[in-house]
Amino acid sequence: MRSSKRITVLFAAVVILAMAGSVLVVRRLDGARLRAEEDRALYLSDPKLLKRLSLGYSGLMADIYWTRAVQYFGSRHKEGARDYPLLYPLLDVTTQLDPHLVVAYQFGGVFLAQHPPDGAGQPDKAAEFVERGIRANPDAWRLYFNLGYIHYIERKDYVAARDAFERGSRVPGAHPALKLLAAASAQQAGTPEAARLLWSSVYESTEDQSVKANAARHLIALRVDEEVPQLEALVQRFRDNTGRMPSNFHEMVAAGWLRELPRDPTGLPYVLRDDGRVEVQSPEGLPYITKGLPPGYQSGPVGIKLQK
Amino acid sequence: MYAIETVALEKLYVSGFWRKKKIALHPLTLAVEEGEVFGYLGPNGAGKTTTLKLLMGLVFPTRGTAKILGMPVDDSRVKSQIGFLPEQPYFYDYLTAHELLDYYAQLSGITSKDRRRRVEAVLDRVGLPDVGRQQLRKFSKGMLQRVGIAQAIIHDPRIVFLDEPMSGLDPIGRREVRDLIQALKDEGKTIFFSTHILSDAEALCDRVAVLHKGELRGVGVVADLTARTSGKVEIIWNGAEAIPDITARGWELRQTADTARALVPETEVDAALDILRRNHARLVSLNPVRTTLEDYFVERLGAPAAEVTR
Amino acid sequence: MSSRLASIAYNTYREAVRDRVLYNLVVFALLLVTAALLVGQISIGIERVVMVNLGFTAITFFGVAIAIFIGIGLVSKEIEKKTLYTVLARPVRRWEFILGKFLGLVGTLAVNTLFMALGFFAALFFLVRDFERSDVSLFAALYFIVLQLVIVTAVALLFSSFSSPLLSAVLSLSLFVIGNFAQDLRAFASLMTGVSRWLALAVAYVLPNLSSFNVVSSVAHSQPVPVALVLWNTAYALLYAGAAVAGAVLVFDRRNLK
Repeated sequence: MRSSKRITVLFAAVVILAMAGSVLVVRRLDGARLRAEEDRALYLSDPKLLKRLSLGYSGLMADIYWTRAVQYFGSRHKEGARDYPLLYPLLDVTTQLDPHLVVAYQFGGVFLAQHPPDGAGQPDKAAEFVERGIRANPDAWRLYFNLGYIHYIERKDYVAARDAFERGSRVPGAHPALKLLAAASAQQAGTPEAARLLWSSVYESTEDQSVKANAARHLIALRVDEEVPQLEALVQRFRDNTGRMPSNFHEMVAAGWLRELPRDPTGLPYVLRDDGRVEVQSPEGLPYITKGLPPGYQSGPVGIKLQK
Repeated sequence: MYAIETVALEKLYVSGFWRKKKIALHPLTLAVEEGEVFGYLGPNGAGKTTTLKLLMGLVFPTRGTAKILGMPVDDSRVKSQIGFLPEQPYFYDYLTAHELLDYYAQLSGITSKDRRRRVEAVLDRVGLPDVGRQQLRKFSKGMLQRVGIAQAIIHDPRIVFLDEPMSGLDPIGRREVRDLIQALKDEGKTIFFSTHILSDAEALCDRVAVLHKGELRGVGVVADLTARTSGKVEIIWNGAEAIPDITARGWELRQTADTARALVPETEVDAALDILRRNHARLVSLNPVRTTLEDYFVERLGAPAAEVTR
Repeated sequence: MSSRLASIAYNTYREAVRDRVLYNLVVFALLLVTAALLVGQISIGIERVVMVNLGFTAITFFGVAIAIFIGIGLVSKEIEKKTLYTVLARPVRRWEFILGKFLGLVGTLAVNTLFMALGFFAALFFLVRDFERSDVSLFAALYFIVLQLVIVTAVALLFSSFSSPLLSAVLSLSLFVIGNFAQDLRAFASLMTGVSRWLALAVAYVLPNLSSFNVVSSVAHSQPVPVALVLWNTAYALLYAGAAVAGAVLVFDRRNLK
């Protein structure tokens, strides 16, 4: 005498199918909506108005805009975009709503500064942005680190980098590496040791996975940049000693010059050319290296590029 | 085939966080024939409304079955043969009487050709001929009750269910509703109504059932129940002189100026008449006292749950 | 069956109209006219933008308020006042009742939005003195508002079928507000891992995703609305509202009407 089974089954099926359908449609809508969404992000970029609109929940709104900024960058990067015009406005709104959202300044520090497609390619804006973050959060020593990195790597302004690292090193509780980096910037501007120090610090201090991975790749590249000249120097000494070029590394191992076959960080053996140059076998697996590139390859800020 | 039939129809409510159980209706087995006027009696909270809701399919039974005209109660073919007036009804007060009845007629499947005519006819029948255009929010309780009956019969159902149809009515209103029910019965309809006003039931019903605390306590034919005499005779006379002798016998007596009324056991009627004659009293009336439905009702309330046969 | 549906729907519509709740239209029209006058004074050059934003936001809020206000009572009021009993004693199936109530309220809201839109266009004309071709996109925005109202109504109906009016109102309003950020919740979920990610995603998909219906700022800047968006939004509204109404039927069908 309950409701008929037929009705129950029918309407239950409707609920399940309709909800499933709605999920599919939502995913379709994500694509169709992108244009409208960007404009909306633009319109609401008057942060003061937004702050008032959020009725005191500006922290929550900041979090929402922060999520949108990350999403914006991530999805565009996946599509291989070459510019990110809305990244700065989104981060700007985020930090105006919540000036203490340090992670937003860090994110901006990295991804506003880097060259496209890994970033917006706006290092000056990035530096200014991080400076703003420092003004609002003078005790966030990580931000000084971001700032120094921007000046050192992207803008190649070693004096500004030194200043940034030095200011940061004076913050109580700052990572001791900041002092080293300040010194390194001043004395060893442009050398691999300073660069390695920099990237190691980035790797250790950040909690953002994408930034960490990026630093790891740079560190691997630095190892190659060190190993290749070392190997080439060793080959030269062999030539000086024996009067001829070794035909390959096996010969040098057999002769006791090397303990084992030298491999690059990806595990592939280095290649020895007739003219004594050392190369990596597979440059695509080692972005950011500047030494050991086979002919035809060019190192750029983006990584290895095949010259046409 | 019975008009209404229940077999061990039971309703158990489980409520609250601690899953408190409340038995609203103990297993009820009952049958009503077509053409009967059946009274469903019981004090407030006995479970009368619960039974009606179970029959209307508004509430689902925990166990047992209920059938109307041989079909399960939730069958939609049943719904076109029945009419229902709930207790203290309220209708969409933003509608006029015409609009309300028209709406109900539509829902009952009456075609638009017939609807106009039927609405007018049924309003006439319940004694509200001129109020069709008024909004229901302006109606008095009695008028609303009559509109309620109108909606219950507009589609000419075979069975009409009424829950406390006389509640809130003044004596004139009650009289009119009683006449209406009688007229419906004369048309051959089956009427099932619940009430706690026994005089109405006594006047109208063919059979009654007594319900108390969710249990069926008794079912009986009204004519049989009220045919019995209680063994007493009521004598009314004029003449105060007779009174001392009457009271000396210990019979129940009530006096108003010169008129008196006594309840005398059947066996002693002759003795009483002798006394009156001796005192030159003038006899007004002499009547055996019948048992009322009230007596049956009260008696049944005290009885344990009846093992009732139809 | 369909005539019973139509009867119930029409009756629901009639109730809303006579309930005088809809006299908000007058209030709305007055507000708009005042706003138009003020806007004309203070923001030169972007009157149209501000007017569209103001007007459409107001239409949305009024619409949602009415949808919730009436929607929560759709079922509970009928039970409370016992009007439901006499309806269900007739050959009316419970699902017909729910669906009829839903359609009636949707019809009410559509008519309501239409009148508010007329008032808005009148105020807009008064302000800018002429219409542009791109104003066609305004109709798309209005249509999207109606779609949102359909969803909100369905949700309010679902809650009304089993909970009290107050709770229904709170839940419906919350779902509407959160629904506007459902897309952000999904973005958030994609940054998470493990169980919490699936949980967040599940919640984000169950919530009504309303962000794609909000094209107000685009049309304020006279940008066109892509046809694909219209089609997909319509599909979403129908599916989501359909699920909610079907849910309401399921709940209501097995409810003991004490």
